Amino acid sequence: MIAIIDYACGNIESVRSALGRLGCEYELTADPARISAADKVLLPGVGNAAEAMQHLRESGLTEVIRGLRKPVLGICVGMQLMCLTSEEGLTEGMGLFDCRVRRFLPEEGIKVPHMGWNTIGNLEGKLFKGIPEGAFVYFVHSFRPDLCCDTIATCRHGSTLFSAALKYENFYGTQFHPEKSGGTGAQILQNFLAL
Amino acid sequence: MVAKRIIPCLDVKDGKVVKGIHFVDLKEVGDAIEMGVAYAREGADELVYLDISASREGRGTFVDLVGRIALGIDIPFTVGGGISSLEDASRLLDAGADKISINSAAVAHPELITRIASKYGSQFVVCAIDARCIDGTWRVTTHGGTRPTERELFSWAREAQERGAGEILFTSMDHDGTRSGYACEQLARLSEELSIPVIASGGAGSIAHIADVLTRGRADAALAASIFHYGQIRIPELKKELQAQGINVRI
Repeated sequence: MIAIIDYACGNIESVRSALGRLGCEYELTADPARISAADKVLLPGVGNAAEAMQHLRESGLTEVIRGLRKPVLGICVGMQLMCLTSEEGLTEGMGLFDCRVRRFLPEEGIKVPHMGWNTIGNLEGKLFKGIPEGAFVYFVHSFRPDLCCDTIATCRHGSTLFSAALKYENFYGTQFHPEKSGGTGAQILQNFLAL
Repeated sequence: MVAKRIIPCLDVKDGKVVKGIHFVDLKEVGDAIEMGVAYAREGADELVYLDISASREGRGTFVDLVGRIALGIDIPFTVGGGISSLEDASRLLDAGADKISINSAAVAHPELITRIASKYGSQFVVCAIDARCIDGTWRVTTHGGTRPTERELFSWAREAQERGAGEILFTSMDHDGTRSGYACEQLARLSEELSIPVIASGGAGSIAHIADVLTRGRADAALAASIFHYGQIRIPELKKELQAQGINVRI
């Protein structure tokens, strides 16, 4: 059973649909016992990181997530909440990744939000099994995680090279949306489910 | 580098995809989900579904359809048409839409952009702008281009960005349905003046037009409907040709 953490933050439906397409069983839950009992845990998230973090704190789930020893995947803002801090609303995250999240700096000819399909590289580990260097995945975000010792994939937007994915022990995060990234995204989700 | 996007647009009436020139003379062209799945498989980067149902029943059908699109399609999709409140937007988000596009309602009530963006984030809000050139000024129009407003295209686009829109979808009503090319000059100026992505719409008739709007028109994405629906341009061939011309596309 896969637990999708329900903390009233954005488009859960697309993550549910993606898991449904992969034929796996999941439940949407905010119950610490159900989350702890699940085989894998997904932390989705869209919108504002500060608000999302506040919702997560109010739900009392930050300590539950920190204590998990099974594979956990944060997606987009979900991943940002697993970092040390975010410049968005000057938020303090859960600190699972040794990484800070910053706003893209204004740059001539470079659009923010970073929206659309971009390539990922420097792919490391089982999450990217079968995914070629330079594969396209879908991004939509205005804040991005720095490169750090937990980086397992990178992406470039303008002159900024940032972490497209992070891993520390059992914790994984992607800045891109695997649930919206066609066949490549489906493979990455499948790889996570196979961990 | 983020790739230039190719976006088929599907006008939906009572669950079926239709396309008309200047929104009249509608012809039914196919099933909304089957067509979306086929486009995603062919390499479309995103999809836009516009609800052009006039009735309340038609709108209800559309929300159900959005739920089924979310289940069937593994690329992002935007939905629009008749969204006039935060509640409308919430309903579509809950049904699984990745983005919503607002048009006439934003012109009438610009604070709607601010409200939806602050609740769900800028990435969720596409501000669609229909405009045409009237006496030398690009005027924003509503109701399918039939009603000119006092707003001017470029200042309205900037205001939409400041209010939190994450993208601008500009349709030139002078070009829409003509298949004679996009409004490249206006698009290039929008791209120059805005920091958010610009989607070009209205006027696609050939691969050359799409190449032109992604280079000279500086658009981040090209949207088209009939040329895709009637098979005049196939997405794999289109992308191959764009790539051959040095345009960064996802293949």
